[in-house]
Amino acid sequence: MSEPILEIRDLQKSFNALKATDGVSLDLKPGQIHALIGPNGAGKSTLIHQIAGSLKADSGTIRFLGQDIGGLDMAARARLGLARSFQISSLAQEFSALRNVMLAVQAKEGSSFRFFRQVTSDRSLIDPAMAMLERVGLAHRANAPAAELSHGERRQLEIAIALALQPKAFLFDEPMAGMGPEGSKQLTTFLDRLRHEAPMLLVEHDMDAVFALADRISVLVYGRIIASGTVDEIRRDPEVRRAYLGEAA
Amino acid sequence: MTRETAINLLLAALLLALPLIAAGMGEPFYVTLATRVVVLALAAVGLNLALGLGGLLSFGHAAFFGLGGYAAGILATHAFNAEPLFAGIPGTTSMPLIWLVAIAVAGLVALPIGAISLRTTGVYFIMITLAFAQMIYYFAISWPAYGGEDGLSIYVRNSFPGLNTAQPLPYFLICFVVLMAALLAFRLIEGSRFGSALQAARQNGVRLAAVGIPPFKVRLVAFVLSAMITGLAGALYADLNRFVGPSMLSWHMSGELMVLIILGGKGRLFGPVAGAMIFVCLEYVLGGITERWQFFLGLILLGIVLFARGGFLGLLSGKPRHV
Repeated sequence: MSEPILEIRDLQKSFNALKATDGVSLDLKPGQIHALIGPNGAGKSTLIHQIAGSLKADSGTIRFLGQDIGGLDMAARARLGLARSFQISSLAQEFSALRNVMLAVQAKEGSSFRFFRQVTSDRSLIDPAMAMLERVGLAHRANAPAAELSHGERRQLEIAIALALQPKAFLFDEPMAGMGPEGSKQLTTFLDRLRHEAPMLLVEHDMDAVFALADRISVLVYGRIIASGTVDEIRRDPEVRRAYLGEAA
Repeated sequence: MTRETAINLLLAALLLALPLIAAGMGEPFYVTLATRVVVLALAAVGLNLALGLGGLLSFGHAAFFGLGGYAAGILATHAFNAEPLFAGIPGTTSMPLIWLVAIAVAGLVALPIGAISLRTTGVYFIMITLAFAQMIYYFAISWPAYGGEDGLSIYVRNSFPGLNTAQPLPYFLICFVVLMAALLAFRLIEGSRFGSALQAARQNGVRLAAVGIPPFKVRLVAFVLSAMITGLAGALYADLNRFVGPSMLSWHMSGELMVLIILGGKGRLFGPVAGAMIFVCLEYVLGGITERWQFFLGLILLGIVLFARGGFLGLLSGKPRHV
């Protein structure tokens, strides 16, 4: 057994009386895609926010690469190698797609306090950024402002930004949302290959994608993990079928 | 060359040519008026870095403007009276030295103000920067050593090696060169990695943090740089008027700097220049007709906010594009 990259133990988070995260523990191991499923309002995004650092957990520990990252802010966690995509795309709207990715490249290089060299002629930013856009199939839209991209293109751009960070783990919050069947299929193939670069915690509603991709699935209901196991175990679990999958599975 | 670049060059040429012509015709008043445009534009270039690029609505930049002014006034007074400043350090009448002190003082004061204010956003940020500036304003009023409410006169304009600064034209040229240097610095910063991060912080701070760049640190550095430029402008303004008083520190001044930027075009390189040209022209032309000229300024501002968000430069050159 290899050491987990990301190790979450007994995480708790309440919003007043609502327990959004109720004693969640899970591991993300190298080469793995760990899918997080559950009905709307189960606390999946809240969990991602706590791991990424945009929300502070009430208690519990989050260890990343063996280090407790509970006290670090979002930027510090990202620098350690935790790359996330947002459920609702979050981009620098006025910047072109290319400049959005270039920002990630410069962040990765740790060189954001340089005041003279002009980025628009800086091959060391442009070339890697362009390569990432090519990988996600968005190179033809490189110069379009993020605000003018279609919904699907924005999702692709989010992934290109995450790739540019060359992270140690990905946190993807519903990357397929609103993608359409063709787009989802392509993205599924893409994510399948991506697991070899870094493991992935994947929140997703598209069950075809989840069953095709996941090595492990955890089912979150009312902030609790009610089941965790391989695809087959989850498919067979009677409690999961009742709570979430219904007869479709 | 884009349309905006052409307009910028035209504005710069106009700003340089008019006082040269005025001086040639023996009209020093207009040279001084142009110097006022240049110095106000410089102060607004500083604010434009924070407000235009970083989206930081500082309502307290008068603090840095005034501190730069007082740095010039205090150093000159000590040199004039041949009294040491403290610990045997003498005052000075050398502009380059005074500028360095003004920049340093503005930056050093901006650091704690920014570090506290930038923990808030939106209307709280506006209010807290205003509060800090007003604290310094009232401090200046109640400190009799340097004139208190009456301010401080600079009896002889400070000196610049090789130039006769007492003449309006050489002083104009000094200020003009400083403004051009500041505009060049602004352009370089805007296009640099830091500028990318700063503009991303304005557009979407969460995105910036998600790639691992701390927005707070980026904004703080921008705030301090911005204050340093505005502080330098303050020193030039004090020398222009041969006077520095608490009014340079008051919230009216902060508002005026914001108005310049909104008039000219927020976040645009020459926005502050266009804004200062329009502002000073209105002040002079309308102010000659009626004392209530600011009523008409208000109407123009209203029109711009409602119909031309990009200000004067936005009207002429359209939307900016980040490629």
